[in-house]
Amino acid sequence: MKSFTNANPRDVAHAVALSAQAHGANRSVSFAGGGSDLLALVKDRIVAPDVIVNLKTVKGLDQVAAAPGGLTVGALVTLDALDRHPVVRRDHAALAEAAGSVATPQIRNVGTIGGNICQRPWCWYYRNGFPCLKNGGNTCFSANGENQFHAIFGGGPSYIVHPSDTAPALVALDATFRVVGPAGERMVPAAEFFILPRDDAKRENVLAPDEILASVHVPAARRGTRSTYHKILDREAWTHAVVSAAIVLELEGGVCRLARIVLGGVAPVPWRVPEAERVLVGQRITPELAAQAGEAAVSGARPLAKNGYKVPLTRNLVRRTLVELAARA
Amino acid sequence: MAKPTDDHEISRRELLEGAGATLAAVATVSALEAQPAAAQSVTTNDTVPRTTIRVAVNGMRHRIEVEDRWTLAELLRDRLGLTGTKLGCERGECGACTVLLDGTPVYSCSHLAVWADGRSVQTVEGLARDGRLDPLQQTFAEHDAPQCGFCTSGQLMSARALLNANPHPTADDVRAAMAGNLCRCSNYNRYVEAILAAAASPRSRG
Repeated sequence: MKSFTNANPRDVAHAVALSAQAHGANRSVSFAGGGSDLLALVKDRIVAPDVIVNLKTVKGLDQVAAAPGGLTVGALVTLDALDRHPVVRRDHAALAEAAGSVATPQIRNVGTIGGNICQRPWCWYYRNGFPCLKNGGNTCFSANGENQFHAIFGGGPSYIVHPSDTAPALVALDATFRVVGPAGERMVPAAEFFILPRDDAKRENVLAPDEILASVHVPAARRGTRSTYHKILDREAWTHAVVSAAIVLELEGGVCRLARIVLGGVAPVPWRVPEAERVLVGQRITPELAAQAGEAAVSGARPLAKNGYKVPLTRNLVRRTLVELAARA
Repeated sequence: MAKPTDDHEISRRELLEGAGATLAAVATVSALEAQPAAAQSVTTNDTVPRTTIRVAVNGMRHRIEVEDRWTLAELLRDRLGLTGTKLGCERGECGACTVLLDGTPVYSCSHLAVWADGRSVQTVEGLARDGRLDPLQQTFAEHDAPQCGFCTSGQLMSARALLNANPHPTADDVRAAMAGNLCRCSNYNRYVEAILAAAASPRSRG
């Protein structure tokens, strides 16, 4: 691997300061949570940090704090810990299920919620070093190339899909992210954290170079709320979603009062489908209504040459997930 | 490969460490690489930044200088001579390099050695005790689980972590716990059988 300095910050402010100092000396910096994704990128020379700021030494960032207003999840909480956390499983099942669906036990043991949200795209052109938009070039090779795993919503000029499982769950759960940088901290709604390639094709979120995602706040579940995360893979384990759906429903006497449906694996950001949500509100969720919502979910799809199969896959996933979630006790 | 030049002396006092029941021996700290750790600077261009870390490997404590860029697998294999840990893909995509870090299975190819500072590592070399194989090693052999054998040490470490946490797993528990270890000989069913057989053996907590 390329040589670099590993820096161990004491706290979040120190991590930000180390990054700013290094940038001030014209050195490139990467933050590492679990580090699995970062090290693969360094080995493949996709990123070349002079300094890695190792967030694992930041005290207290690996805690889940439950309060009446909701949960605060430190960015260093591992995916395995989230999957096993009793309050997360009980009140925010979509998040536990999403965390438990990531990759493999070994990756979930070191992989963090912050790193899962901020991981880079897994487009094969990007990961194989093509001079694409994500690698500083001016072309998205997937647009007219091997695009079977690429975006059917929100694409252009880049057609990557956002790879995170926890991100769609967090958008569906109406989470807020605490972002810390040299100028202090700001709270960013999860739905506004991710940015489309048409706004900036080089990055996937609003983080500035010296900013880090420090924690995630998930508001307390309202009465009658249930949620789930379903993920379709092209094999049983160890890969990203071909299509996934995070769904939150608030039911009152069997009638849907609120629905949030957010898709993964189909767009450069977690992709909310209000068209499908509108079908549900004020109604009892029957299989027929769920099928209508599935149709509405894909009404805006714009598939590329080789990913048209994702359209029926998405439609059916939304239908099936709604039926399953509505039937949950 | 550089062989370690230090002598390790292990005391008789042993203790169980963490949930993984890793047997750790309190050892004298090695005198290896006795020069002090380079001051960590994020603004200067050292040619190859190095850091001195303390890490317990199979119960033996080391104080050792590592290059910041070394993976844990590189430390184990190239510096400590523990070549039972295998490197397949080097990208966290195969599982051959699985070791236990504080009792938890991780990919040693995807974890920096410097991040293991202050922690305890168990490798396949740490499974057998006093000349007796771990029950998993025994049942792996009896069930012909290893074919080419390249993935086997990683499979053993994931299986050991599973049985430490769940001594009586179901076949589905085993499949879920082993999902991060590929076998290109595709002998998955034998691995599941061997792990269930080890769990059923009287010495299952190796």
